[in-house]
Amino acid sequence: MAQAGTVTRSPAGPVGAGWHNRRVNGWRAKLYRDDAVVLRGQKLGESDRIITLFTRRHGRIRAVAKGVRRTTSKFGARLEPFGHVDVQVAEGRSLHSVSQVEAIDLYGKRFIDDYPRYTTASAIAETAERLTPIEEEPALRLFLLTLGALRVLAEGLHTSSLVLDSYLLRAMALAGWAPALEECAVCGTEGQHRAFSVPAGGCVCQDCRPPGAAHPSPATLQLMAALATGDWPVADSSEAGPRREAAGLVAAHLQWHLERGLRSLPLVDRSSPKTSPTRGADENQRSTDGDLA
Amino acid sequence: MYEGAIQDLIDELGRLPGVGPKSAQRIAFHILSADPTDVKRLAVALQRVKEQVRFCTTCFNVAEAEQCRICRDPRRHDDVLCVVEEPKDVVAVERTGEFRGRYHVLGGAINPLEGIGPDHLKIRELMARLADGSVKELILATDPNTEGEATATYLALLVKPMGLAVTRLASGLPVGGDLEYADEITLGRAFEGRRAI
Repeated sequence: MAQAGTVTRSPAGPVGAGWHNRRVNGWRAKLYRDDAVVLRGQKLGESDRIITLFTRRHGRIRAVAKGVRRTTSKFGARLEPFGHVDVQVAEGRSLHSVSQVEAIDLYGKRFIDDYPRYTTASAIAETAERLTPIEEEPALRLFLLTLGALRVLAEGLHTSSLVLDSYLLRAMALAGWAPALEECAVCGTEGQHRAFSVPAGGCVCQDCRPPGAAHPSPATLQLMAALATGDWPVADSSEAGPRREAAGLVAAHLQWHLERGLRSLPLVDRSSPKTSPTRGADENQRSTDGDLA
Repeated sequence: MYEGAIQDLIDELGRLPGVGPKSAQRIAFHILSADPTDVKRLAVALQRVKEQVRFCTTCFNVAEAEQCRICRDPRRHDDVLCVVEEPKDVVAVERTGEFRGRYHVLGGAINPLEGIGPDHLKIRELMARLADGSVKELILATDPNTEGEATATYLALLVKPMGLAVTRLASGLPVGGDLEYADEITLGRAFEGRRAI
């Protein structure tokens, strides 16, 4: 079991504080604690998994969780995708290993009985993974955004497809790929422009409009701007047509920049109304750490 | 690096899942020193598995004929269908000796992160099996993890309009374990699924 060996917790208390050493297989392994979002798990050997974690202080890491596929595993359930966990990681020569896990909030269990939310959470997790191409490179703002998106999705505050598009727009902004929505992407002329060109980088004016540019409705561009800034009253009151059109433009913009399509995005179920807003739009306005609102 | 046949064998064994270069070398030298009849038996078994084993046309379990042993068995109940992810799950359920119905093997679970959607699984074939109305209960025995649970949710929603009973395997405490060592999710599930005695 992965808990083998004596592990000393940080006397300082807070998550992520301090480094410790532990002797593993005859050499000294560095141990650290951090809080993380579980992005995915891949089967390894008989009963292990490689867990991809998006940590607050250490960026994206991959760590082996031993024996977690056994029904007797102590912490396998806590390492299921989309959970927010407090994790202790032992650095290895090639792969790290997970030595302890405590649950902070396991969002995954709230997605499994709602297929649209499950597919949306998968697309969020894959985007976070793709936007952190270098392992162990801290990306605090993206971490907070990802955590906030999963939290909002779990709470069912907004329609899952809106949460996804808002997350994608803001994640792209953090990556430096925010689509121009309030000015021309080519010449910078301010104002609402009607044409949208993915290769040009967003809205374009009549003079700069390249051949093949899309002409989304003003409501679509208004929705995209609301999603990018977190104006949820506007986003929640949008119609189905602009939502569909905005989702297409956001996906096209993201995949243009990623150069390789997201595997989960075509599988996102945007059809079910099961995750429609359950509370009034005004009380949804939250400004907590990392929240999408 | 070795020469010729032994290195070829090490390379081939090293391509197997869970077999690293050291293990491949150990197995190769074991084969080299083994009795020739044992090695021949292994070679024949490998060849047979590729030539004779196929998927059952009804349930998609592994079979050596058009239909698997369970689908051919007239003593099995036709009105109960157990949906599992992989053929090895059929073996796990069969070991219990508790189930006398038939199976349907999906070939995996819905996992958008791996690009596996409903169209990649044998869900269309499952719906075709259910269409004749002979199945009265569908038991969803997908893995108790996020992907398995989401697949079960998807299937439950899909077959709900058909009006048949849809059940999910219970989750809870392993037999022989101590309550204090159970994680909070498993224990929570055990509480949710508690039953009167």
